[in-house]
Amino acid sequence: MPDLPVGSILQVVRAPHPVLATAGIEVDPRDPAIVQLAADLLATQVVSPGCVGLAAQQVGVAARVFSVDVSGHPKTKICHGAFVLCNAVIESATRKERGREGCMSVPDFTGDVARARRLVVRGQLPVTGEWVTIETDGFEAVALQHEIDHTDGLVFLDRVAGPHAVHPRRTYL
Amino acid sequence: MTHTAKLTAVSETRSETSGHPEHHVLAVTVIGDDRPGIIAELTAALASVGGNLEDSTMTLLRGHFAMVVLARTDATVGEVEVALAPLGESGELSVDVRAVRTREASGMPSADHSAYLLRVHGADRPGIVAAMAGVVAQHHGNIVDLGTRLGTDLYILMAEVVLPSGVDPELLRSDLARVARELGVDASLSDVVDDLL
Ligand SMILES: [Zn+2]
Repeated sequence: MPDLPVGSILQVVRAPHPVLATAGIEVDPRDPAIVQLAADLLATQVVSPGCVGLAAQQVGVAARVFSVDVSGHPKTKICHGAFVLCNAVIESATRKERGREGCMSVPDFTGDVARARRLVVRGQLPVTGEWVTIETDGFEAVALQHEIDHTDGLVFLDRVAGPHAVHPRRTYL
Repeated sequence: MTHTAKLTAVSETRSETSGHPEHHVLAVTVIGDDRPGIIAELTAALASVGGNLEDSTMTLLRGHFAMVVLARTDATVGEVEVALAPLGESGELSVDVRAVRTREASGMPSADHSAYLLRVHGADRPGIVAAMAGVVAQHHGNIVDLGTRLGTDLYILMAEVVLPSGVDPELLRSDLARVARELGVDASLSDVVDDLL
């Protein structure tokens, strides 16, 4: 990851805010505003307990940018540390398994969602705009799909596995 | 007892002896404050009157225990009510027992029906379920499974919808999208595919 400026902690918006249902625009990763957004996403994610990813939509911006950091999470296998991707697309997604996930923008609930556990994602790094391919598995794969969904204007409620697949969240962080 | 008379009529073809209607199906509904042990007590009481559990569903609705269980038994409604009486004694649980018509696999989608999952979420307001269910009904869709949740200002509806053959899911999809726009909620309809492995 290229060095980023100091990020600010932003307010996280909650469903049913319309920005969460808005597909993001393609961005120029070299644009200073996008570089600042990348820094802000990481800064906001760091101070949010249990948060392994944050998308631009969640701070009120309909853009194709998100941060992910699953390091230290007990479910993590492959881990690329803390990073931000712009304009990310899924190249391949296999080995679907169902898991239960939550989201800072849907704080009252968790949902059972089937997601690929083997994933190849292509996206651009902020600052340099370099295209990178990320090959990952398990929990990091789930986090990436969840964040890419946000950049497409989808939340996990759009993916839940059935009528009884949304559950009250047990802890309020 | 009107109960018994009705039951005998329902299970006529199965009854071999007079008195107890043999192996009819009773629906037992239990609703009230949740605490550990309700299911253990309920099922033990049903077992004590020879009840065999068939389909059941149980969930917590905002901390309220809610369960419906179908039990096949040769005990009468009255006998089952007596067996379950201790459950309701504290006043925190209400128990209802009634006979249901035994229908073999009724309500199940047949091979020429197709199933869809409807997901709706948006700002809470009155009438979301009524409006969306109304659209489904207009298209002769049957809701066979439903879950709704209310969060902080957020309302969520999920329904499994079975469409008879000849109904165009695209027409249902576009009508659902139109009504969702009017309500200001997000809605999607996706195929439910049974993979037989
Ligand atoms: Zn999220």
